[in-house]
Amino acid sequence: MKEGWEAVIGMEIHAQLATATKIFCGCAVETGGEPNSNTCPVCLGLPGALPVLNENVIELGARAALALGLEVQGTSIFARKNYFYPDLPKGYQISQYDKPFSANGTLTIMTSERDASGHATEWKPMNIHIQRMHLEEDAGKNVHEGLPDVDKYSYVDLNRAGTPLGEIVTSPDFRTSWQAYDYVNHVRRALQWVGASDADMEKGNLRCEANVSVRKIGETDFNNKVELKNLNSVRFMQKAIEFEIERQIAAHEADEPVAQETRLWDEKNNQTRVMRSKEDAHDYRYFPEPDLQPLKVTPDFVENVKARMPELPDVMRDRFMETYQLSYSDASQLVGDRSFAEYYETVARISANPKLAANWILGEFTRELNSSGKTADESLTTAEDLAELVITVEAGKINNNQAKEVFAEMFATGKPAAKVIEEKGFEQISDTSAIERIVDDVIASSEANVAAYRGGNDKLFGFFVGQVMKASQGKANPKVVNDILRHRLVG
Amino acid sequence: MIIEEIERTLDNAERLNGQLNSFLSIERDHALSRIEQVSKQTEARPLFGTPIAIKDNICTKGMRTSCGSRILHNYKAQYDATAVKRLNDAGAIVVGKTNMDEFAMGSSNESSAFGAAKNPWDVERVPGGSSGGSAVAVASGVVRVSLGSETGGSVRQPASLCGIFGLKPTYGRISRYGLVAFASSLDNIGIFGLTSLDAARVLFVIAGRDELDSTSADVPVPDYEATINDDIKGKTIGVPRELFGEGLDDEVRNAVENSIDNFRSLGAQIVDVELPYAKYGIAVYYIIATAEASSNLARFDGVRYGFRAEGSHSLREMYMKTREEGFGPEVKRRIMLGTYVLSSGYYDAYYSKAQKVRALVKADYQKVFAKCDAILTPTSPSTAFKIGEKTEDPLAMYLNDIYTVSANLAGVPAVSVPCGLSSDGLPIGTQLIGNFWSEGTLLNLANVYENQFPLGAKPFVFAE
Ligand SMILES: [Zn+2]
Repeated sequence: MKEGWEAVIGMEIHAQLATATKIFCGCAVETGGEPNSNTCPVCLGLPGALPVLNENVIELGARAALALGLEVQGTSIFARKNYFYPDLPKGYQISQYDKPFSANGTLTIMTSERDASGHATEWKPMNIHIQRMHLEEDAGKNVHEGLPDVDKYSYVDLNRAGTPLGEIVTSPDFRTSWQAYDYVNHVRRALQWVGASDADMEKGNLRCEANVSVRKIGETDFNNKVELKNLNSVRFMQKAIEFEIERQIAAHEADEPVAQETRLWDEKNNQTRVMRSKEDAHDYRYFPEPDLQPLKVTPDFVENVKARMPELPDVMRDRFMETYQLSYSDASQLVGDRSFAEYYETVARISANPKLAANWILGEFTRELNSSGKTADESLTTAEDLAELVITVEAGKINNNQAKEVFAEMFATGKPAAKVIEEKGFEQISDTSAIERIVDDVIASSEANVAAYRGGNDKLFGFFVGQVMKASQGKANPKVVNDILRHRLVG
Repeated sequence: MIIEEIERTLDNAERLNGQLNSFLSIERDHALSRIEQVSKQTEARPLFGTPIAIKDNICTKGMRTSCGSRILHNYKAQYDATAVKRLNDAGAIVVGKTNMDEFAMGSSNESSAFGAAKNPWDVERVPGGSSGGSAVAVASGVVRVSLGSETGGSVRQPASLCGIFGLKPTYGRISRYGLVAFASSLDNIGIFGLTSLDAARVLFVIAGRDELDSTSADVPVPDYEATINDDIKGKTIGVPRELFGEGLDDEVRNAVENSIDNFRSLGAQIVDVELPYAKYGIAVYYIIATAEASSNLARFDGVRYGFRAEGSHSLREMYMKTREEGFGPEVKRRIMLGTYVLSSGYYDAYYSKAQKVRALVKADYQKVFAKCDAILTPTSPSTAFKIGEKTEDPLAMYLNDIYTVSANLAGVPAVSVPCGLSSDGLPIGTQLIGNFWSEGTLLNLANVYENQFPLGAKPFVFAE
């Protein structure tokens, strides 16, 4: 960013709550079905139909709110947001306005600027004020492609209409595009973590909008802001914000007006362009939805949801650092995803060697997951099996290279460690008397070398080790072999 | 035999419709096929074979449900309203859909896109509205019961003007699922009966909690018929004298005063009460009702069903032409009013203030019902007026609802009971308003009154 300027950025995230059915009717929430197949009088907005709130939306809404540090409100009120559009079958969206489902959250995220090659420079905690998360229904989709006479007609698919959303709105707390980037990733993981949303931007079940303005450092008033839409990935969002910051600074410096407007990210040309100006802004004429009662949520309900929620990722990260003596970097990576973190913790507990477990999880296990495209949940190797392998390695029963080979086989087939080790014949001989016998044989049959070694040629030690390993078909525990050899060769 | 009764009903409906225009559709095929269905039902059904007419803003699967509007002139409902489903389950037979003011906006039936229904006592006069067709279907003897809908008096006022019994229940008593919304927080399905007993039987069947309507209440439904003949001695009826002043037709005042004397003679105790906020009812009503209507009617946009104007070149033009051509003047007037009162900068001054006054109106009633079983007022300030008499003066038309709107604002039940005839032979109704869930008390008072003081006259047009 140009010296002397700062950006002021507020974020709005629409997250689809992962319910099986829609927010106000019993239709399935599904993607990819026949157009208008998951519809009924309610979500089609047929005359006379009425909304009934899906109880599960309250549960998942509460999970999402708690995961983001928001307070679930005792009473919230649904309101109608009125505007005309073909994908909005009632001519209004049921949303919430001045009495949202949850409010007043403080969220601590970790954020870092990035260097020219995109690497984080320094991770620091940052507090974000989340003003609210309210509940609302999604609209349908207008379809302009792939159907007959699309030059003459537009089509409407209402399968998505009535999908439950939580809209998460922050204060204008962000000063850089990377802060916004780290925030969205934080929210995404938090929502996935507690099972509130699949939060997949590519599938459209997490959508972001950024409100961006710039001002001279030291100013406290806000300049006109631009609302950025069509941000289809976190990376596009970051680029769009960055572009917009530079565009606005340039305009201010050239004394050109920055209009209050909505702009889209144009992926092809790597720039933002105007979608609609302030003059076209809607007057949504919000008023309380008379078809629904105020939504009451008791403190008991919230406590109950809290009690059933998993430990949150940041809390887990700090605990990993403290309990397992892991570095910030390792602990952060381990809590990147809930099933992954839980997998690690099981391996750490059973193996009773959390550090070695972390090495395996962040090393071989991550490598195998990445190359297979699987998640920890989908791994054929259970955490218990991996823990057994870690124990075997620690006990020195197989060496590291063997262990890697064993694990590759385990991951590919789902066989337990012992079985693979047995099949591969990797079981090490650590039995001292057996190794002593081999060592004695080797010494007896290499008189000349023994004499040379004893005469001062230390380099020959490796020759003896090799001979012993060869005689044991590689199964002798190298550490035991070393000890015994050293002892016997002294003479 | 059911078949004979249904055939006679259908014949009467068809024969009288040229004169009265009370039905927008007469469902002969449907009714005849229903006879077969209900005949197969083995259990006893409380409304077995009862012919019933349904207002055209209540959804009846496969039947036209036009709301009296050009914009839905060709719309067939895809599902049954909960009330209709319960009627069908109870063995009732829907014989037709009745005429109404467009989207229930009106007090005379004249805003119907299909011409006004006529008052059977004098076909030059309006039957009242908006449920005029349903009132006429009963008053003219075609059916004994019909469903209407109420937002500000649309059942009680036509009941009064047509000389029959009309009930608006407590808000939440009858599911609104399938009632095409005008003003959701005020709308109710209501019932017309030739007598209060006819209406009580229907209410018992259709009342009660419905999972499809979040505003329907989980309050037990009593057996209204069991208490309908109870002695009313000792019941307390409050009379708000301030409502008997200016704007009330003298003949109506006399008839209603007479009904007070009659109740006293039946042993009821008459006391004076005050409803100081009632005079704001009309103002509050026309803000809240139009605000909600402007939103509820947004779905009629020509995109998915109903009428769509031809020849548009853009989406915006299609919306504008469709709504310009599809809605009549009264509906457009109310959509504009409602849009205005909700618009940015005016919300607090109008909608928000109106909601506060609404709470005061409700509090008025709560105070009075602490010492009364019912409140008695006129139903309508005048008898049926001439067709065309008030169409040029919307304000005069709105004042027809002056006695009825406050029960909708408060959400309490109310009935209109015939109490006399004017010098030119037009019926007059007296209104009884009760506390929440006191439909049983109102039906009891009305039934005892009807039995002791029957109107003793029949309309000029009446089915034999
Ligand atoms: Zn649906």
